[in-house]
Amino acid sequence: MLQVKNLNVTLAGATRDISIVKDVSFELDAGRSLGVVGESGSGKSMTALALMGLLPGAIRASGSINLAGQELLALSEQEMCSVRGNKVAMIFQEPMTSLNPVQTIGRQVAEPLILHKGMTRAAARQEAIRLLDRVGIPDAARRLDVYPHQLSGGQRQRVMIAIALSCSPKVLVADEPTTALDVTVQRQILDLLRELVSETRMALIIISHDLGVIGEMVDEMLVMYGGNVVERGQADKVFAQPAHPYTSRLLEAIPRFGMSRSERLKTIPGTMPEIGSEMKSCIFAGRCDLVCADCLQAPPPFVSVDDAHVAACIKAGRVMETVQ
Amino acid sequence: MIAFLLRRIATFLATLAIASVVIFAALELLPGDPAQIMLGIDAPPDALEALQKKLGVDRPVVERYFTWIGGLVVGDMGESFTYVMPVSDLIMTRLGVTLPLALLAALISVVIGVPVGLYAAANHKTPRDYGVMIFGQLGIAIPNFWFAILLVLVFSIYLGWFPAGGFPGWDAGFWPAIKALILPAFSLAIVEAAIFARISRSAVLDVLREDFVRTARAKGLSRKSTLVKHVLRNAMIPIITICGLELSSLLVGTIVIEQVFNIPGLGRLVFQSLTQLDLMVVKNLIMLLVALVVFINLVVDLLYAVIDPRLKHQGH
Repeated sequence: MLQVKNLNVTLAGATRDISIVKDVSFELDAGRSLGVVGESGSGKSMTALALMGLLPGAIRASGSINLAGQELLALSEQEMCSVRGNKVAMIFQEPMTSLNPVQTIGRQVAEPLILHKGMTRAAARQEAIRLLDRVGIPDAARRLDVYPHQLSGGQRQRVMIAIALSCSPKVLVADEPTTALDVTVQRQILDLLRELVSETRMALIIISHDLGVIGEMVDEMLVMYGGNVVERGQADKVFAQPAHPYTSRLLEAIPRFGMSRSERLKTIPGTMPEIGSEMKSCIFAGRCDLVCADCLQAPPPFVSVDDAHVAACIKAGRVMETVQ
Repeated sequence: MIAFLLRRIATFLATLAIASVVIFAALELLPGDPAQIMLGIDAPPDALEALQKKLGVDRPVVERYFTWIGGLVVGDMGESFTYVMPVSDLIMTRLGVTLPLALLAALISVVIGVPVGLYAAANHKTPRDYGVMIFGQLGIAIPNFWFAILLVLVFSIYLGWFPAGGFPGWDAGFWPAIKALILPAFSLAIVEAAIFARISRSAVLDVLREDFVRTARAKGLSRKSTLVKHVLRNAMIPIITICGLELSSLLVGTIVIEQVFNIPGLGRLVFQSLTQLDLMVVKNLIMLLVALVVFINLVVDLLYAVIDPRLKHQGH
């Protein structure tokens, strides 16, 4: 239903264009979920904003984003406005600041309904009660008239989800939806998202740096590094047997319950190459302990290691073996 | 909300009380006898004594302070010795000229300044934005009396649309009176409008960086509806704050402009009573200006709470 092909995000600079996201491709069916993992600066949020057509300033997207037969990148800004919040919706990392502080919750939930569904104020208000109730806001009818500052962070994220769900979108993009929340609240929000996906058959894209969140939430996953997809595959398979050294190291860096105190958390030495740096070698070569002469010759092609499981590493096979 | 209101009104009254003590004390501390200062050193002794009696300088300080305050409460401000009329009548007549002038100037500056600032913010970092900023800078740099002279030259002398100065009084009819106030109001408004343009521009730019603006866009609102429905109200707080400050500074700004246009307003009365040492007028006039400024601030505070629900719930 959603097909993204060779999505490139570039910042038009004065002297040259700076590439922020390179050749991202994936497909997602209704009712399925995709996780996008990567550290900050890996281009995962830019990918999300490109899907929404909300890239800031002089940043442009090229390639193809096809939603149920409609090519989103070909739409004018005005046409894109009727897609946003309607067919594709998004929730953000910061529930504390993502709601307008001077408008009531009810008005903010009702707004897309009035905008896209042509509902009257009264009808939208009734629907807003239903939505708030669905996302687990207690006493929804009364909460309609409160302001965001009167709600907790978790409740505000529920309100954001209600806004995103209001027009029954085909795709929901969740950019770090639980990062700013308490651990117990994180769990509730993730459970809610999972329920909603199976209930409404929408496709869910979760962007997170938290492998724990991705691991339990999604069917498929993309691992991004320095603006590139380095591994793509079914989530359980990637977790069980990563094929890219970066993914492998990322998984090793997760703290495990029962680790002894003397045991140090594994880290990945070095830093990610700066956005826009022209890479003539593998982008991870500088931090990889499997690096060889071939890695420095050219960026590696995708190597297929299993059914729909690919990694941008010429030593993918060896990486998988070492994990076993 | 009621607790909020009561708290703000209490602050308002307390500020006025403190201001009255300061004003009274400052005039008390003037060296010499007020009657002597008013009449000059060559005054005949019997006139001096009569004035002393009238001013009540022979009575204790505290008593005189409360007599003054008591008078203020019932609207009795004593008598001006240069104008030989009750100070309250004098101030009321002058206020009837200056208040409409200041309000007209404030209205003009908001009507010009705020939309211009919005326009600049909506076109951030484009030639339109830079153009507005350059004109804004010029507007702030030009002294208003120079601008007044320019306006008189063009609109009174060459075009003859408006009188070059003077004020016919409200008895002459609404339109002739307003007509006499238009040029002075524009002279006052030009600087304020430039300030408003800059403040509203930066207020809107600040709000545009907020996360909820992205939420509004993600809902499918166009840039323009986002600006109107979500940004504007959030940007109102700094704009309203400046509104209050501007109105206060406009009241004071009339001192110069009323001289230029020869308008018998409060500003000219301040100037004249100070040069003539008409202390009775000075004392009450300053008190009135303080009260007006503090009152404007009270209104601004109340407007904050209307605009931003977070302030209303503070302390609950």
